[in-house]
Amino acid sequence: MNPALPRWIDIGLIPLINVALAFLVSGLIVLAIGESPLDAVRLLVAGAFGDLNAWGYTLYFATNCVCTGLAVAVAFHCGLFNIGGEGQATMGGLGAGVVALAFDRYVPAPLLAPLVLIGCMALGALWALIPAYLQAYRGSHIVITTIMFNFIAASLMVYLMVNVFIQPGSQAPQSRNFTGGHLAYVHEMLGALGIAMPKTPLNATVFVAILACYLLWLFLWRTRWGYALRATGSSPAAAIYAGIDPKRMTLLAMAISGALAGIAGFNVVYGDQHRLFLDFVAGYGFTGIAVALMGRNHPVGIVLASLLFGALIQGGSDLSLEIPNINRDMVATIQGLVILFSGALAYLFRPYLERLFLRRRIFKTAEA
Amino acid sequence: MQDVLITLVSMLAAMMRVSTPLILCAMAGLYSERSGIIDIGLEGKMLVAAFAAACVAYVTNSPWLGLLAGIGISLLFSLLHGFACITHRGDQVVSGVALNIIASGLTAVLGNAWFSEGGQTPSIPEEARFLELHWPLAETIGALPVIGPLYTRVLSGQSLLTYAAFLCVPLTAWILYRTRFGLRLRAVGEKPQVVDTAGISVAFLRYRAVLIAGLLCGIAGAYLSISQGAAFGRDMSAGRGYIALAAMIFGKWKPWPSLWACLLFAALDAIAIRMQGLTIPGIGAVPVTLIQALPYILTVVLLAGFIGKAVAPKAIGIPYVKER
Repeated sequence: MNPALPRWIDIGLIPLINVALAFLVSGLIVLAIGESPLDAVRLLVAGAFGDLNAWGYTLYFATNCVCTGLAVAVAFHCGLFNIGGEGQATMGGLGAGVVALAFDRYVPAPLLAPLVLIGCMALGALWALIPAYLQAYRGSHIVITTIMFNFIAASLMVYLMVNVFIQPGSQAPQSRNFTGGHLAYVHEMLGALGIAMPKTPLNATVFVAILACYLLWLFLWRTRWGYALRATGSSPAAAIYAGIDPKRMTLLAMAISGALAGIAGFNVVYGDQHRLFLDFVAGYGFTGIAVALMGRNHPVGIVLASLLFGALIQGGSDLSLEIPNINRDMVATIQGLVILFSGALAYLFRPYLERLFLRRRIFKTAEA
Repeated sequence: MQDVLITLVSMLAAMMRVSTPLILCAMAGLYSERSGIIDIGLEGKMLVAAFAAACVAYVTNSPWLGLLAGIGISLLFSLLHGFACITHRGDQVVSGVALNIIASGLTAVLGNAWFSEGGQTPSIPEEARFLELHWPLAETIGALPVIGPLYTRVLSGQSLLTYAAFLCVPLTAWILYRTRFGLRLRAVGEKPQVVDTAGISVAFLRYRAVLIAGLLCGIAGAYLSISQGAAFGRDMSAGRGYIALAAMIFGKWKPWPSLWACLLFAALDAIAIRMQGLTIPGIGAVPVTLIQALPYILTVVLLAGFIGKAVAPKAIGIPYVKER
């Protein structure tokens, strides 16, 4: 917007102020329901990082946030807003479940895991590709279509669980457990190395997520296609003159986005629960929006923001046991506030900081 | 024959009730979006309004104060949306998503803290609710064949807020197409520069549009918790705001077509509920969940231009910058 501000203010101070403001308002809400915000923070931090068990859960939740956060970010880089992370993660989980249920009796676990990952990413990508195609070639707005696809995915999931995957004679809409070994848990890996860690849902998917961060960074900033994708995002018109086809970039960005969101489904369905069930995404698609906005759409920022949200989700559920007045929905409220302040009101303080900074610089030049 | 009539009448009555919040929210979205401000936040505004209305109606025992509280909080959310999108030129979709998530989280947190019933409010007594109004002569006319049940069960016997919703449509059409304000509102959604050149404030006009949307969402929310229902339950809007958004788009951003879309979607809902557990010979169980997904599927198909063409207001989603 204005080159007058140095980079540390632009990518350091302003985002920090915005996030601080979101937490300040959250603190006020806690105060308003008659609890102490400082006590809440203390309990939350203890619940999220207090011991290895807490770390395990925090990192497990953070893994989901990284996947959906990266998904939102890659679409943002192409100038697209993907609200459909929720549906894409659902379909990713469905893809993982279908592949696992189809092959778990015939294929050994080490070979099955990559197959399941491919299945989940493919179905997640497909669920994002349809809205992408409709945006690129039929002119329908991607925000609206991805919202609709969230609902369609939810309905499809209910239909499939109740009519296809349900166990005969069972009332609960869930599939049979996957057999033939499961994806390695981190506590098992550490146990093999001689480090004792309590059983947590943290599994090998966390390494997939970290790898995805690195690969996405490599793709976006070190490859030709990544450059073309970002160019389309900053100016579709200029991209056309540079010989880039924005329509194909839309398809590419959304396919990557959907595949990444799908990994969150993989983490829950194949990594931890070993069965298909309903509502396993539980809002991570929307958390991804907060994560991407807070992490400024950069993999490093997204990892940091995911750690924060993973901690909020884990610490928040501990907190709700200690202080029943602050329930888990507080985390959703904080998410919303982060999206509001770091997203919609991102430029709230910019004019003031500009004025402040410029005045100081004028003083300096006057003294010199 | 008699059975078919009874089924039909009860389905029509259900349609009236289901469509009420849809119509109010679709009209709300219409004002906002025709002025160039995307309103994803219909859902959130309706939810906070439902919560506030239930709380205040429960405490004061007055449906009117409940309605006012619902409208008030919904207006506040609208102002926040306006502040972010109009004053600070923030991203309108991001702002709407934020408001929806805040609404969902905040109502559950406050409801849980205030009433300790897991996010629900206590049930609201009848005198604090908008009950069905029974029209004069309902008994007498009710005895007539065909017209009778239609009069007593579909036209009469609805909540005051339902009548308000249905009246809202011709009113909106009149305001939008027959008044100076409506003309300017439509103009600012297409070409804000022109409106600005004519010496009319783009920001003020858009703020008014967003506030009208807040008002209507407030009524819709109050309808959910203190008229159709008798308490607030967490996430009780259950995606109706998004269906209304879909209906408004399906209605091509126009009042009357939006009404038909709302009625169509409400009819699909009524049919789906009635079909629950039914089996059609040769086909098997009716896939009720898939019927409930039809509004979303139809909207996607329409937006893709496979049935007609829905064209959004030209300046929608673009913050207005007066000078460069």
